[in-house]
Amino acid sequence: MSTLSISRPAVRRPFMRRRKSCPFSGKNAPKIDYKDVKLLQRFVSERGKIVPSRITAVSAKKQRDLSKAIKRARFLALMPYLLS
Amino acid sequence: MAYYECVFIARQELSSTQAEQLADEMAEIISNNGGEVRNREYWGLKNLAYRIKKNRKGHYTMFHLEAPSDAVREMERNMGLNEDILRHLTIRLDELPEGPSIMMQAKSDRGDRGRRGDRDRDRPPRSDRDETPNPENRLETASA
Repeated sequence: MSTLSISRPAVRRPFMRRRKSCPFSGKNAPKIDYKDVKLLQRFVSERGKIVPSRITAVSAKKQRDLSKAIKRARFLALMPYLLS
Repeated sequence: MAYYECVFIARQELSSTQAEQLADEMAEIISNNGGEVRNREYWGLKNLAYRIKKNRKGHYTMFHLEAPSDAVREMERNMGLNEDILRHLTIRLDELPEGPSIMMQAKSDRGDRGRRGDRDRDRPPRSDRDETPNPENRLETASA
């Protein structure tokens, strides 16, 4: 996960505008696989819902693969549908 | 012939040997119909994320197949009929990945986790032990 850099002197812009890069682009990006639960869990909220790509900065194409993999993992009970 | 990846979950009442026999039956169906099981993995008795048909645990098995579609359809039909199989999912792949899947890798590198246990030695010393060196001021507060 990209760490949020808060060492910025100017605090007038609290919201970080630096464009985060998609964690799945680039050379050694992890492959999206429904069996890789540890990777998928990074893109699921603590309630078990899929986090939107505007927050995780995932590209649209990879977000579609990601949601398909998460739904398959949920079907196979590798991941919960909801965490009450 | 196309490549498929099939994962199925068997009931927890089965023993692991019975689960293996179940997987043998399914592999046999594939080989009878002209397909071939390239890779086969048994992920063991895992906790399910939610109850399926009142079961909390399930035996997970994964197949990598190269088979014609009717062989896969026949296997799917049998999996649906078989009560021991709680759930199954077959996916068509463009090419079969080599080597163990992520589940097996995660299991293999879990063995060396014990070494990391001794890291909490460098915790800060416990705070309540600091007051004992000067008991007299505790006495004053008691008498005041």
